[in-house]
Amino acid sequence: MVQKKRSYTALIGITVLLLFVILLENLGNFIPGLPQVLTPTSPLFTVLKKAAVYSLVAVSMNLLNGFTGLFSLGQAGFMLLGAYTYAILTVPTAQKEQVYYLFEGCAFDFSLVDMFEGIFGNHGAGGAIAMILACLLALILAGCVAGFFAYLIGFPVLRLKSDYLAIATLGFAEILRAIFQWQKLGKVTNGANMIKGFPTFTNFNITDSSGAVILRLSTFVPFLISSLCIVVIVLLINSSYGRAFKSIRDDEVAAEAMGISLFKHKMLSFVISSFFAGVGGALFAMYVANAQAKAFTSVMTYEILLIVVIGGIGSVSGSVLATFLYVACSEWWLRFLDSEQYIGNIKVPLLRNGFRMVVFSVVIMVIVLFFSQGIMGNREISLGALIRKFSPKKERKQ
Amino acid sequence: MEYVISVLLSGISVGGQYALIAIGYTLVYGILRLINFAHGDVFMVAGLMGIYFTATLPVTASVPLVIFLTVVLGFTIERAAYKPLRGAPRMSVMISAIGVSYLLQNTATYVTGGQPMTYPVIPFLSDTVNVAGTQTKWVVIITPFLVLILVFALSLLIGRTKVGMAMRAVSKDFETSRLMGIKINSVISVTFIIGSALAAVGSVLFFTNYPAITPTAGAMPGLKAFVAAVFGGIGSIPGAVIGAFLIGICETIIKGLPSSWDVSVFSDAFTFALLIIILIFKPQGLFGEAATDKV
Repeated sequence: MVQKKRSYTALIGITVLLLFVILLENLGNFIPGLPQVLTPTSPLFTVLKKAAVYSLVAVSMNLLNGFTGLFSLGQAGFMLLGAYTYAILTVPTAQKEQVYYLFEGCAFDFSLVDMFEGIFGNHGAGGAIAMILACLLALILAGCVAGFFAYLIGFPVLRLKSDYLAIATLGFAEILRAIFQWQKLGKVTNGANMIKGFPTFTNFNITDSSGAVILRLSTFVPFLISSLCIVVIVLLINSSYGRAFKSIRDDEVAAEAMGISLFKHKMLSFVISSFFAGVGGALFAMYVANAQAKAFTSVMTYEILLIVVIGGIGSVSGSVLATFLYVACSEWWLRFLDSEQYIGNIKVPLLRNGFRMVVFSVVIMVIVLFFSQGIMGNREISLGALIRKFSPKKERKQ
Repeated sequence: MEYVISVLLSGISVGGQYALIAIGYTLVYGILRLINFAHGDVFMVAGLMGIYFTATLPVTASVPLVIFLTVVLGFTIERAAYKPLRGAPRMSVMISAIGVSYLLQNTATYVTGGQPMTYPVIPFLSDTVNVAGTQTKWVVIITPFLVLILVFALSLLIGRTKVGMAMRAVSKDFETSRLMGIKINSVISVTFIIGSALAAVGSVLFFTNYPAITPTAGAMPGLKAFVAAVFGGIGSIPGAVIGAFLIGICETIIKGLPSSWDVSVFSDAFTFALLIIILIFKPQGLFGEAATDKV
């Protein structure tokens, strides 16, 4: 009963959040003369989009590192697989010649976008349905490819423990990166060059016949997809599988004695986490509007790992919260640290390109060393509890 | 033939440079069971310090200064980032190591402004020499000998001195050696000092032969050196050295293969493939003791 009530609250909470995102994004259409922060070009929306994408990847990493206790550093590799799968499948055939010009065209003349446009037509509602279905299918396939590779890699790697698992998965990510940069595969992966021209978040904005935007959905789409995926992960964590994962994390020997198949559950967690990392990678490709192997380095994995640590290893809401804080700080709030600033006539010392990241890493080290629980530890934000906490105040106001 | 010799020579020299880093990994892992992700970045910082000091000081003064300051850096990192987490789970210490690596890279980007820095020409080391018909730098010839001398000195230190005995004891059993009155913290500090000093020497040799230093220049050699340490059997110094030479030679061979095959992009990936193969088939490495906690 309580469980049911809690899931309803969560559902309502997410719906309200999504509606709020749409509203926020389209304020400019209703109210002219908005403050700069709320116009579509403001850093606010860049932050929201990037954070929505990263939060999915962070939660997927948390599923593996925080809930199953498998210290994997292969996240960037699976993101790369997802990004490339999505990109290769959705670049329209008409654009392929131009994108793959160094390799004189792509090896296979096929695009999900074209396929669905062939069925539903390419403008008006039909075009919209074609676009949505193509992107959705490509995202799912992106996840499946990443998950399948994780399944293959899992056989040798999941037998290893803690730090050896970490370095082996990191190694696999590096191998994947090399393969995707190989010029011999250029007809498929475009070698070391980027693939672009596929549908991105801005393609979801609804425009009228003249091309003017009627309804902006470019921030809503990543929010929708990420929150759907995160809800699935949370449901998984709360299921009996999730409890098995946690028991493996806490004590492998005891878990095995209780009849939990270690390898099966580790593999399950690894594959599911990689599936969502793949989807996250595809979303990342949509966010940056290109797919390039060079972007998915181990530094990216470290960044996501540090986000998970800041949020609290073993807390989904902590990861999401930390992602939004981290991305907002690094893309927006702390930007001023990178340029010279004056207070009155005095130049503030030290501020120069790169200082932001130094401050950032110092903060991260402080969190790692002194607040190893992160923001949330292994607790979760509960919407019901928040409402209960704040409702008496409201009554007093009335 | 000349081409083969030049590839082999540079392979041996790169291997020697990896060996100097790998020793730092293997010593630390042997004692703390920690993959010191920051070690490669310490190596990079040593390279950057080399650039800044040789700009103002003569080489004879700057090289010892670089070694000294790298040792100080290694010591400080251990005291500040690893010692507070001594009782914590291994994962936390590793995360802390990744954090330190992130901090060092970002600080390096800040200090250098993100520009690749060219390593100064060090007299004698950078001079060219003619070996069996191929032009090469002196550093290529000197590296393997210097590595062997340093490894010999190190094995004397570990085999014959009291500190070395303490290090061996701690790597066998952390708790028992503590009960036997060994000062764990000073032994660990000594380990980090040795590792950092060797990394500093390695950086002088490595970057003399290398076009430029970027803030991420240390990460890849660091990981490769770690793979070398695993390959040779973690905790074993001769193992790490042999592993490093093998990886260095294989890597240069892959880079030197005909460019029509276009496989040079795999020179890094090869190392990791080797790591995975080793972990699956012979997890204790070439010379490591059979341990049960890896697999």
